[in-house]
Formats: sequence, C-alpha cells, structure tokens
Amino acid sequence: MEMTRREMLVKSGKFILLTSAAAAAWDYVLAGKAEAAPNYDMTKHWWAMVIDPEKCIGCGNCVRACETENDVPEGYFRTWIERYHVDDWDMEHPQVDSPNGGHDGFPEKYHDGGKTFFVPKMCNHCADSPCTQVCPVGATFITPDGVVLIDPKYCLGCRYCIQACPYGCRFFNPKTNTADKCTLCYHRITQGLTTACCEACPTQARVLADLKNPKDPIHAFLRTHSVQVLKPQMATHAKVFYKNLDGSVR
Amino acid sequence: MKDFLRSIEHLLRVVLLLALGVIGFLVVRRMVIPAEFGKYGHFRPAALDEIRAHPVKFAGRQACEACHSDQADVKSKGKHANLGCEACHGALARHAEDPGSLVPKLPDTAVLCARCHEANQAKPKSFPQVKTAEHSSGLACNTCHKPHDPRIGG
Ligand code: HEC
Ligand code: HEC
Ligand code: HEC
Ligand code: HEC
Repeated sequence: MEMTRREMLVKSGKFILLTSAAAAAWDYVLAGKAEAAPNYDMTKHWWAMVIDPEKCIGCGNCVRACETENDVPEGYFRTWIERYHVDDWDMEHPQVDSPNGGHDGFPEKYHDGGKTFFVPKMCNHCADSPCTQVCPVGATFITPDGVVLIDPKYCLGCRYCIQACPYGCRFFNPKTNTADKCTLCYHRITQGLTTACCEACPTQARVLADLKNPKDPIHAFLRTHSVQVLKPQMATHAKVFYKNLDGSVR
Repeated sequence: MKDFLRSIEHLLRVVLLLALGVIGFLVVRRMVIPAEFGKYGHFRPAALDEIRAHPVKFAGRQACEACHSDQADVKSKGKHANLGCEACHGALARHAEDPGSLVPKLPDTAVLCARCHEANQAKPKSFPQVKTAEHSSGLACNTCHKPHDPRIGG
C-alpha cells in the first residue's frame, strides 16, 4: 500500500474530526430530556422591563435596594441613575453625572434653564447580547426566559464581556473575582416577586414585565405608547424599554 | 503478508498514537464538562438553581400588609398609597418571616422624606417638592405630616 505523507495527514485529520463529531452526537443522546424546575416553567416567561424617565425622582431607592438585595460591593452598581442636563443651544453635548451611581440621591447642581432629568440604567437583558457572544467558556448566557446571567463558578474573570457590553452594565467584582451584573433578580422573579429595584421604586418609574404573559399590562402599554431602547443601532434587541426617551440619552 | 505488515508498521504506530490521543481527549473532555452542560443552552444548568438560591431580602408589600393591616389601610387612603412599605422601612424579609428575630428601627424622617421630596431641578415638575430647610424650619417632618398618609389635616 502506497501512501504519501500528505494523504496520511488528510486521512488522520478526517479521523480526528469524525471522532469528535461522533462524541458530540453521543453526548446529545446521553443528555436526555429537560426536567421542569419546581413551580416555575422557564418556557412560559420572557422577562423585560419598562422604565419611565419622566417619573424618576432620582431618590436612589433602586440603587440602594439592589445593593442590599444582591450584596453588590460598595462603589459598584448593577443599576444606577444618571442625571442629564441638556441646554437647548447645545443639544449635541448633554452633561451627564451620576454621583456614586445616584446611591445617595442628587445634590442640586443646576440652577439655570435647560432640560434636566433622571435616567435609571441597568442591564438591558438583550435577546442578542454581545456579552454572551464573546464569553470563551459559556459562563454568561441567556436563559430560556430571557434573562442574561453569569455563572460565577464558570467565569474565568477574563473581562471580555465587560468590554463587549455597549451599555457599560458589567463590572469586575473584586470579592468574587468574576464578572458581575444585574440578574433581573432572577431569584425573586422566579418565585413571583418583582425585582428589588421595582419593589423600592416610589413612583413606578420602573416596572417588571413578562412579554409571554398575555395578561401583563405591558402589551397594552407597548401598543399605546412611544418607547425606545438604548443604542438601537447596536441591534442587541434590548428588552429594557424606555418611555418617551429624550434623544440626547446614550 | 509479513512484508506487508512490516511495510505499514510505521503507519500503525501513528494510528495507534492517534487513537490513544483521541481516547485521552474524550476522557478528559467527559471529566471537565459538567453533567448536562448545554441542556437549556450553552451553559451549566445547575447555575440557574445556584442563582435562584440567593436569599430574598425585600419581602414585598403584600407580605407586610398581611400583619400590618392598620398601617396598610391608612396608607392606601393617602398620597403614599403606591409606595411599598420597604421603600421607607428598608429590606425586612427577615422580620416578615419571624417578626421577633428583627424588630425594625423606625426611619428618621429628617433623612427619609428629604431623599424623595427635596426640591431638585431634575425632578419631574408634577412631583411635590419642598426646600426642606425653609419648609420645615428645622422641625422633623412627622411633627406635622403622618408618614403613612402625609396630607395635613387628613
Ligand atoms: C408575621 C407578621 C408580620 C409581618 C409579615 C411583618 N411584620 Fe412588622 N411587626 C410584626 C410584629 C409582631 C411587630 C412587633 C414586634 C415587637 O415589637 O416585638 C412588628 C413590628 C414592626 C415595626 C416596628 C413597629 C414599632 O412600633 O417599632 C415595623 C416598622 C414593621 N413591623 C414593619 C414591617 C414591614 C415593613 C413589613 C414587611 C416587610 C413587616 N413589618 C412584616 C409582625 C409582622
Ligand atoms: C413614606 C414612607 C413610609 C411608608 C411608605 C411606610 N412607612 Fe411605616 N413608617 C414610616 C415612618 C417615618 C414611621 C415612623 C412614624 C413616626 O415616627 O411618626 C413609620 C412607622 C411604622 C410603624 C410603627 C407604628 C406606627 O404606625 O407608627 C409600622 C408598624 C409601620 N410603619 C409599618 C408600615 C407598613 C406595614 C407599611 C406598608 C403598608 C409602611 N409602614 C409604609 C414611614 C413609612
Ligand atoms: C420613597 C420616596 C418617598 C418618601 C421617602 C416620602 N415620600 Fe412623600 N410622596 C412620595 C410620592 C411618590 C408621593 C406622591 C406624589 C404624587 O402623587 O405625584 C408623595 C406624596 C407626598 C405628599 C403629598 C403631596 C400632595 O401633593 O398632596 C406629602 C405631603 C408627602 N409626600 C410628604 C412626605 C413626608 C412628610 C415624608 C417623610 C415621612 C415623605 N413624604 C416620604 C414619595 C415619597
Ligand atoms: C410645621 C409643620 C410642617 C412641617 C414640620 C413639615 N411640613 Fe410639609 N407641609 C406643611 C403644610 C401646612 C403643607 C401644605 C398643606 C398640604 O399641601 O398638605 C405642607 C406640604 C408639604 C408637601 C407638599 C408640597 C406641595 O407642593 O404639594 C410636601 C412634599 C411636604 N410638605 C414635605 C415635607 C417634608 C419632607 C418635611 C420634613 C423636612 C415637612 N414637609 C415638614 C407643614 C409642615
């Protein structure tokens, strides 16, 4: 039997590829059927949030509630509030500040005219999120009910996702040495509670919504109001909907 | 036959090595990939249960109202009707589970009310705001307003 070196390499290459494909198929066979989580069916929900900046009073209740509920280290934020100040003669350059994330409220700063308002920010739980696409190990993912989560046991701490998020919603948690971000209070919403930020918000400026629940008022809301997502040009299919958002907000 | 085997012996060795390598790879792969990885997507399904096991700290207003119906009734008639109890009292799930284990400290109205009502240009114009220093002239807010139903004379 004559075989050139080249042929041998090609043959052995094919052999290796086919073996791993077979292994993958075998894994699939072994994996079996999905079992239902107790009392909660992931396939029956698709979580989102509606934020109304015109209702936000910048009290910082959401920031503090999130910190308490989720043990967020001091100086880091899973949700935060920004104050925008836009002068009518310079719409292109809004002034934005967020002292300590809005944790302690906002000391008065502007006394002139112009438009000033608060914008609560958080993870947008994008249906097509850049952060999950860049993770090299499958430590960040979107759940079947539409929540982007991090598996802290699997996260290597490489920080790719922090760079990838167009909204700056992720941070490096110095306590766990992993990437960290809003979980949409997954531990609460899967047992029928609303998120900590929504629970603490005094003006309903933020409201949790379930797009798969036909009775959720979000359907009527989305039909009858003008809503916007942040950075739509990034095609992330963000699920945090802002009502009547000012064009200067990034 | 002997000649033939001999002439492909070097090939057999390579194949053997390769086979060993592939088996080794599969064994290691089995060991490092957690069970059920990929069941719901490209992630470890057990992570969901671990995240869901996080303790709840805000009990939610329904929980408070079950025991404190007096305050809930007063509040539901006033302008603070839409506020959750824990928007002012802070996270109290531990108290709601076992009231004796943690008796909440009552909020200090000097700090509490100003957080929401201190006048600020960025707040929506329709939201009731006061310059607290001028408005209360140093008195605690609850000398005149009842926190659960803040309307004067209500
Ligand atoms: C299981 C019933 C129960 C639930 C649920 C409950 N409480 Fe209480 N709460 C009590 C009892 C009983 C006391 C009196 C404790 C004491 O004085 O030893 C109390 C005391 C308080 C006090 C202090 C009153 C005072 O005079 O000092 C506050 C404030 C309070 N509760 C708020 C809340 C809030 C807010 C919630 C919801 C998160 C809540 N409670 C849920 C039973 C309950
Ligand atoms: C606007 C903020 C605010 C909200 C909302 C609020 N509380 Fe209070 N609550 C207070 C303050 C402030 C006091 C202290 C009263 C005082 O010193 O006059 C208090 C006192 C209490 C007390 C002690 C007894 C009393 O009546 O003074 C209880 C019990 C209580 N709250 C329960 C509740 C419950 C239950 C809810 C939700 C239904 C609730 N509170 C919502 C601010 C609030
Ligand atoms: C967490 C935020 C928050 C806190 C803390 C808070 N309030 Fe309010 N307050 C509100 C909201 C929201 C309203 C309803 C505003 C509306 O109807 O547009 C309101 C309404 C009022 C009103 C009625 C104003 C009117 O137009 O009739 C008064 C008075 C008032 N609050 C006083 C107080 C006092 C006194 C305290 C401290 C005990 C307090 N508030 C604490 C959020 C808060
Ligand atoms: C000396 C009594 C007194 C004290 C102390 C007091 N208020 Fe008032 N407050 C009033 C009266 C009177 C009104 C007007 C009647 C009304 O609108 O209910 C009022 C109205 C308000 C309003 C409604 C303003 C509007 O534009 O509708 C807010 C908000 C308010 N007070 C917050 C506070 C806060 C916060 C404190 C504590 C820093 C406080 N008050 C302390 C007597 C008082």
